[in-house]
Amino acid sequence: MSAETVAAIKASFPRVTDRPSLDHPAFNAPADDVPEILRALRDGHSFDFLADVTAIDWAQGANPRFTVVYHLFSTVTHEYLRVAADCPPGAEPEVPSVTALWPGANWHEREVYDMFGIRFSGHPDLRRILMWDGYPHFPLRKEFPLAGIEAPLADADVVSETGVSAKPAPMAGGPFVASSGEMNLTEAEPRAKDESWTERREKPGAD
Amino acid sequence: MVTANTELSYNSKIEGEVVVSRADAVINWVRSNSMWPMPMGLACCAIELMAVASSRFDIARFGAEVMRFSPRQSDVMIVSGTVTYKMATALRRIYDQMAEPKWVIAMGACASTGGMYRSYAVLQGVDRIVPVDVYVSGCPPRPEALIDALVKLQDKVKRERSARGLFST
Amino acid sequence: MPADFAYPDAASRAAPGEFETEKMSLSMGPSHPSTHGVLRVQMELDGEVVTKAQPVIGYLHRGDEKIAENMTYNQFVPYTDRLDYLAPLANNMAYAIAVERLAKLEVPARCQAIRVITAEMARISAHLMGLGAYGIDVGAWTVFMYTFNEREKLYRLFEELTGARFTTSYARIGGLARDVPEGWTGRVGAFCDQFLPILEEILSLLTRNKIFMDRTTGIGVISREDAIAYGLTGPNLRGSGVPLDLRKDRPYSGYEQYDFDVPVGTQGDCYDRYLVRGEEMRQSVRILRQAIAKFPEGPWHVVGARKIFAPPKEKILTSMEELIQNFMLVTEGPQMPAGEVYFEAENPKGALGFFVVSKGGGVPWRLKIRSPSFCNLSILPKLCVGAMISDVVSILGSLDFVMGECDR
Repeated sequence: MSAETVAAIKASFPRVTDRPSLDHPAFNAPADDVPEILRALRDGHSFDFLADVTAIDWAQGANPRFTVVYHLFSTVTHEYLRVAADCPPGAEPEVPSVTALWPGANWHEREVYDMFGIRFSGHPDLRRILMWDGYPHFPLRKEFPLAGIEAPLADADVVSETGVSAKPAPMAGGPFVASSGEMNLTEAEPRAKDESWTERREKPGAD
Repeated sequence: MVTANTELSYNSKIEGEVVVSRADAVINWVRSNSMWPMPMGLACCAIELMAVASSRFDIARFGAEVMRFSPRQSDVMIVSGTVTYKMATALRRIYDQMAEPKWVIAMGACASTGGMYRSYAVLQGVDRIVPVDVYVSGCPPRPEALIDALVKLQDKVKRERSARGLFST
Repeated sequence: MPADFAYPDAASRAAPGEFETEKMSLSMGPSHPSTHGVLRVQMELDGEVVTKAQPVIGYLHRGDEKIAENMTYNQFVPYTDRLDYLAPLANNMAYAIAVERLAKLEVPARCQAIRVITAEMARISAHLMGLGAYGIDVGAWTVFMYTFNEREKLYRLFEELTGARFTTSYARIGGLARDVPEGWTGRVGAFCDQFLPILEEILSLLTRNKIFMDRTTGIGVISREDAIAYGLTGPNLRGSGVPLDLRKDRPYSGYEQYDFDVPVGTQGDCYDRYLVRGEEMRQSVRILRQAIAKFPEGPWHVVGARKIFAPPKEKILTSMEELIQNFMLVTEGPQMPAGEVYFEAENPKGALGFFVVSKGGGVPWRLKIRSPSFCNLSILPKLCVGAMISDVVSILGSLDFVMGECDR
């Protein structure tokens, strides 16, 4: 059933290409066509339930850098479908929003904006949802360290009274874990992921 | 008649109908046995806090039954759960609204030190924003551990010099 | 009296019979007994009636997804416990199955049966908690005491199995942490037998209770179309009449061999959601009894997947090859092939989904947690308009969300 759906979508939208997937049928679509494709899927092919909207950061230097991924579910055939859209290049890429199709996408897109910095055009209220308003960074980007970067807190009264700010967490050399997908055995070995210094990066204040 | 007795004692032959003791002892006894918690129930430790309040472990035996969420009416703030930076300012505000004397129990690993969440969003220990009296380890601590913490806090309160404020010139 | 004070003159006052009103802005939370965790609802009130309600979340955002990119698959299991911390065993299972789908692993029947038993016990535990908290919110203290007593019995069983009362970290990629102790399934059966009459007693405190019915019938009505449009899952979706249950529609971990019903509501109001959860607990007991009766023998973990599941302890301590395998597994993590998978499990709060993107190796490149509570809460602005503040409390209780899952 889903295979026919994918074939039908590829016939109507020629720029759609297959995407390798280990479980559900998936295809790549250009970001501008996504609202139309999702509308066709919802109205014509019974994929009426938007399960999830998320994004993947392929790290700096990759092109495309960000991919927005939509997961659709059909309440009729009980099947899933994955639609992936590569974002245009740039520091804060913009893709169209699907809140007009599913009001539930509102919060998902706000979270993608909060974590990655991807803007959604046509979104009624695009602001941060998990971090506080005014937080200056996008945490799930690959160059943002797990420990965090120093940032001021939101409440001015409390900050003036206590002097507390969001400081980087003390990593103490950890997390001590292997890297993802490294083939070179030396690099695949578990290394201290402490972002302060490594064999390839200088110790701060050392010289 | 002055007696050298420092304990809260009652000997009707000597004192008659009057109980004589030290001001410190009386004030501390009263404070420690009716500690009303302000449950700052943030995450999983809050579930164990509720288990302590319910019938099996029953923190009411220790005088701490009245779990009022109003800071103005509570004595001890039990911070149970992960404190994020976003929540930390609200937590400090609530701590400031509590009336003296007040104490803080940091329940669980996340409240004590940030726990296993060494990340950009988590305050690494609630003692970075409020002064803490008792730390409880565990993820989550067993209800018996929280009761032990309350008893330790009661012991700490009993050692305080509370009467200094009463009789200072 | 300050110098610039003047009584308002007659012309500026409202005509007799007409009230001057102003809207009030009230922030409910983040520290509030009825918001089920750290949720802040920013409301605009016209008297007692809500005109706008905007939930502010993120007060428990701990950075789980970023942490997942820095941990091996097995190291991340304790973090899944703390997502929906009322049913940790169910989250463990959902995560393990999602990652196993990367390698297309099928665990043996005994492992599946244990996972189903623990997940259903977690479902009972979570619904009892939701019921107890809902009771307290609308003013029924006794329900809370009764449900927590039953949960203590479940905690004792969990502790016997996993070592922890509720943050269990029981699942591993390719199996479980340990096998069930001797006689444990018998004790679970005994719990089920004594639980059903007590459940009826607890539900009888609320089901035909006039006060409870007044506070819940007709309140917070979610239409079928809204429920699907906002991505609601679990009892919230089924309360609105959509018979969607992933255990029946996309069975996983052996659910297809068990016979159970899926309760579906008709009105979509708070009362229906409460009834659905009560009935789900009865059905969970039914599944538990069948699972215990059919409990199979055999291995409790995948056999022969040398790069994914650790060999048995006796071999690790005596044989060199198994020692090295264990070392590689612990330091580098279970080696998963590259690819993307998305798996949703029917958790007590709804459909918990894991989207795992792997570039090979033992650490995921991206792990997205699709949280049911996040989606369930997104309908709140629509539900609260026109309701009174006490109805907002009732609606929050009936949506039964958990902030640990919502904010991750």
